[in-house]
Amino acid sequence: MQEVERIMKYVMQILPALLSGTGMTLRIFCWTLVLSLPLGILVAVGELSKFNPLEWLVRFYVWIMRGTPLLLQLIFVFYGLPLIHIVFPRYQAALFAFVLNYAAYFAEIFRGGLQSVPQGQFEAAKVLRLSHWQALQHVIIPQVVKIVLPSIGNEVINLVKDSSLVYVIGLGDLLRAGNVAMARDVTMVPLLLVGLIYLALISLCAFAQRKLEAHFSYYK
Amino acid sequence: MLEIKNLNKSFNGRPILRDLSCQIPTGGILTVVGPSGAGKTTLLRIIAGLETKDSGQLLLNGQAIKQGQIGVVFQDFNLFPNLSVLQNVALAPELVLKKTKDEAQQTAKHLLTQLQMAEYQDQYPYQLSGGQKQRVAIARALAMQPAVLCYDEPTSALDPNLRRAVGDLILGLQKTGLTQLIITHDMAFTQQIDQQVLRIKPLAEE
Ligand SMILES: Nc1ncnc2c1ncn2[C@@H]1O[C@H](COP(=O)(O)OP(=O)(O)OP(=O)(O)O)[C@@H](O)[C@H]1O
Ligand SMILES: [Mg+2]
Repeated sequence: MQEVERIMKYVMQILPALLSGTGMTLRIFCWTLVLSLPLGILVAVGELSKFNPLEWLVRFYVWIMRGTPLLLQLIFVFYGLPLIHIVFPRYQAALFAFVLNYAAYFAEIFRGGLQSVPQGQFEAAKVLRLSHWQALQHVIIPQVVKIVLPSIGNEVINLVKDSSLVYVIGLGDLLRAGNVAMARDVTMVPLLLVGLIYLALISLCAFAQRKLEAHFSYYK
Repeated sequence: MLEIKNLNKSFNGRPILRDLSCQIPTGGILTVVGPSGAGKTTLLRIIAGLETKDSGQLLLNGQAIKQGQIGVVFQDFNLFPNLSVLQNVALAPELVLKKTKDEAQQTAKHLLTQLQMAEYQDQYPYQLSGGQKQRVAIARALAMQPAVLCYDEPTSALDPNLRRAVGDLILGLQKTGLTQLIITHDMAFTQQIDQQVLRIKPLAEE
């Protein structure tokens, strides 16, 4: 009984540090999503464009981003770029790498989604004289959103976990907070707590994903 | 009157349509028959502005066809799956003809009633049978008040009873003065319509 009390006390003691780490994790998570989703849409449109130089440029970018580890990209931006006098502060470096990396993955998902809308939908919109933008807005995008939701949901969950990589450039995120406490106090409790917090965050994301998918299930 | 004069079309150097000419008087019906691969769908797509022509003229009452004068009922209908039946029909009139939402929906309901689809107005396309989808596709095209309505194989997915019903529907629309062009494989259907027939042959490979 006393043991439990002691642990609870310890938990309360390290919780503020863990929660502040969670704050950093959430900041990276939210900003990456907010910036990389629109960027991903632009990249997808670029990939589908009929203007060759743009298409190749965009493909090259996606190739690099998906073909190398995010961890390497993170190290490259924070430790590598300063060697050629491009210096980002830690937090900005992390966001820069994350946004570029996730935008590439999102772009691939959007491209697949756009391409899986049948050509006939575009043609039907055209003979009804809908403008390009009207067709996208009322017909194409709603269908793309439904198609891509499951894959986007997966990436969002990955992002929660990937955000722990910022640890390597010395940002005080959730994982780092747990690690520091463990090393200092020589106990596993912080790590278990960190795991629980990640689980809670991811369950929240999964819940939101299910709600969204249910919202779009009114048609097939 | 819809006039097609000396229409030519080839794909990658392979001629599909050569010097094709025909006319449909206003309120007339033309059925287009011919074996698979003869270029029937290609003809329809050119008339609808979905495919370019190599040369020739397409005239409606003596003037070049403008966008929106041709309505199309696609072979697989291409209804918008994310929109209800009513929204499918009312969308373009609202966005393109700038009708108010109310007006657009009133007209859509009226058309759906004429086509005996009123009770389905809140369903989504996946909940409809082939024949029902077709009626929605017809209503959607008619809502844009086209001068000419083109159908690509309207009976291909229907059982014999429904085929007759489509035939009656098309003959009924004729009474409203609508000009119609119907692509079909279905000889019985052609006989039921019993009007001008255009036969397209595949061009021999040269
Ligand atoms: N976009 C295209 N590019 C190249 N060839 C095409 C294209 N569209 C059609 N064709 C060719 O043109 C020919 C005519 O095609 P079309 O679809 O018009 O035939 P159809 O008469 O409608 O046949 P079916 O009765 O089978 O529907 C076919 O040989 C087809 O392969
Ligand atoms: Mg065809």
